[in-house]
Amino acid sequence: MSTFWSIWISTLVLVVVFGCWWLLYATRKSQTTDVETERTTGHSFDGIEEYDNPLPKWWFYLYVATCVFALGYLALYPGLGNYKGLLGWTSTNQWEAEVAAADEKYGEIYAQFGETPVVELAKNDDAMKIGQRLFVNNCAVCHGSAGRGQVGFPNLTDDDWLWGGTPDAILETLHNGRQGNMPAKGVMPNMSSEQVDQVVNYVLSFSGREKDAAAAEAGEAVFAQACVACHGPEGKGMEAMGAPNLTDDIWLYGSTYKWIRDTVENGRQNEMPAQGGRMSDDQIQILAAYVYSLSN
Amino acid sequence: MRHDIIEKNIGLMIVFITLVISGGFLAEVVPLFFIKEVNEPIEGLEPLTALELEGRDIYIREGCHVCHTQQIRPFRAETERYGHYSVAGEFVYDRPFLWGSKRTGPDLARVGGRYSDAWQRQHLYDPRSVVPESNMPAFPWLFEDRVNHKGTAAKLSAMQTLGVPYTDEQIASAPDAVEGKFEIEALVAYLQQLGTVLSDKR
Repeated sequence: MSTFWSIWISTLVLVVVFGCWWLLYATRKSQTTDVETERTTGHSFDGIEEYDNPLPKWWFYLYVATCVFALGYLALYPGLGNYKGLLGWTSTNQWEAEVAAADEKYGEIYAQFGETPVVELAKNDDAMKIGQRLFVNNCAVCHGSAGRGQVGFPNLTDDDWLWGGTPDAILETLHNGRQGNMPAKGVMPNMSSEQVDQVVNYVLSFSGREKDAAAAEAGEAVFAQACVACHGPEGKGMEAMGAPNLTDDIWLYGSTYKWIRDTVENGRQNEMPAQGGRMSDDQIQILAAYVYSLSN
Repeated sequence: MRHDIIEKNIGLMIVFITLVISGGFLAEVVPLFFIKEVNEPIEGLEPLTALELEGRDIYIREGCHVCHTQQIRPFRAETERYGHYSVAGEFVYDRPFLWGSKRTGPDLARVGGRYSDAWQRQHLYDPRSVVPESNMPAFPWLFEDRVNHKGTAAKLSAMQTLGVPYTDEQIASAPDAVEGKFEIEALVAYLQQLGTVLSDKR
């Protein structure tokens, strides 16, 4: 803040404080006695008169005390422009002290687990209690409080993984997030409506649920062109692309003809937001172990 | 008694009352108009895009700011949950401010990137489908109504008048940028950029 504004603020603040003080004494000048009397101020409004008694002592001293308090406060805390105050207090250093105290207290609790491998950590009851809290606070809004997921947000308790369920894969997912992107009509943007029907039937045939056997048969060629790049020739998916296995009975976006058709026609985009930077590495290690423990 | 003079002269009384009341205003508010710490944007802060600005107007229209604040105070309890405390330089292009004063729902100052677009859409369509205990209202009409692009250029232009550094090209291309977009797209675009300029946790 510039010197001008510093002086501006300091002057105004001090003028107000001392002005209050002055006001008290200035209006007390006419007071001639310290005890209550029958004396009035002398004026009369419609016959109503006003006593001219001294201020109650408790009120008078309380008023003086507020002025003294204000001056003490302004000496200790930064209230006068650029003056920093005797205590050197700022909202930032108070926050830093809070965080430092908490890190000292809780940092150790996290740190004792931070170096432990995920598989081992998943068997540690104390770590898993912490992990569950971290999960509920940070992950449950999408994956559910029990980690069972819902449409669009994967179930973490089964052994089916889009991006891999090894400790390293889970850690990578948590630290850096994942971008899931199924393009509309795969890599075949000019897929006709009939071809969509065929490929959906073909996908359904992996689990023996095709509606139209002929269409399913025709769909194989469409699948080979549009879908194989990510889902593989047998439709078993590919973890590197986050492409799901289409041959099991686990469906992120619904398993019926209607849902699958919608997926093929419009594509699916979703994101697992990166947690690195939101949580400490130690916390992520514990969280990864908790997620691992849900299915192992 | 000299206070007769003041009590019997209402014009003079008005002058004195104004002086007394403005003491705090002159000391606490007026300097803020001129101090650079609160008037200069933080590094990397850009004005909202046309779509985000329309999203912001939807945010205001639906009253999001009534239940959600956009202001993380410098307390550990808040920074642990929401991220880095808010700084004045983040809000220099906000007109009006949407800091809010009541948290029925969580603070949204740094909600950008915290959840995926798909989650935001689902949550706005049916909050209880993702957060069972939520008491947030659903906003399904955002998925049916389209942004009115006819007013977009005027909005950017008004912001420019207020000192937000929009270029004339940005204003000219604004209607095209939002035409045909659903309101939900605008709102999600607005939400996903909230607080992302100051990205480190602390």
